Amino acid sequence: MKTVLPSRRELIQNALALLSLCAAPFRARAQSAEGQSEEFQKLFLSLTKGAKIKEGKIQITIPRLADNGHSVPLKISIDSPMSQQEHVKTLVILSPRNPRPLVAKMNFFPMNTKLNMATRVRLNGSQSLWVLAQMSDLSWYSQSAEVEVTESACLDAS
Amino acid sequence: MGARILIPPSPKAGDVIDVRILIQHPMETGFRHELSGSVVPKNVLRELRLDFNGLVLLDAELGTGTAANPFIQFQTKLFESGWFNLRWVDDMGVQGSERVQCFLRTS
Repeated sequence: MKTVLPSRRELIQNALALLSLCAAPFRARAQSAEGQSEEFQKLFLSLTKGAKIKEGKIQITIPRLADNGHSVPLKISIDSPMSQQEHVKTLVILSPRNPRPLVAKMNFFPMNTKLNMATRVRLNGSQSLWVLAQMSDLSWYSQSAEVEVTESACLDAS
Repeated sequence: MGARILIPPSPKAGDVIDVRILIQHPMETGFRHELSGSVVPKNVLRELRLDFNGLVLLDAELGTGTAANPFIQFQTKLFESGWFNLRWVDDMGVQGSERVQCFLRTS
């Protein structure tokens, strides 16, 4: 009996293919709403109207592990000069696993300050929190952050 | 329903200041039940608007994903003394407002 051992070259090629497979979902996540709930996809489309979503510019600060989903502190900062010519038009916070994915939609008046804002969100279980931003040139940027929630907000305890 | 607008006591003109808004509101999701079994109807602060001397600084549309007693903090700049005016309306049509005066330091 003869067993065919893979050559060194084949081994390396296979390993590289596996690695790129593992990395693919992480790269794709910030740009498309695929694999999320139907409501989320509907809302995502109604907001962006199918526009191309770019990555970057947005920084999300949220605890990696939130004990209580009823109130999770969230900080967002967006890299924009916030001038009359170039500013963030709309900021949208989305939570894909909440029954109603829209957390908040905000417009800030451009005051030549950096866009730094904070709020508290309600999360129904562990999920990735999404932030979408439409700039004054109508381009969309998105960023998401994973949150682990121990106690879900939408479970009815009463 | 109470609300608070927190601003630094006396900023200088052109300073970047933090504005913090805190409103007392249960932000009912509509998924909660009372002890009797009846559903507590959805009631969230639908719209919120903060203006300074008539200039709209923040215009927000909130959903059920915003935690109870909504809190929003953001940065802005002031170039004159005046009034912050906060107005909001919830799903029940209840409106509320709050105002606070801000004096700029001259020196």
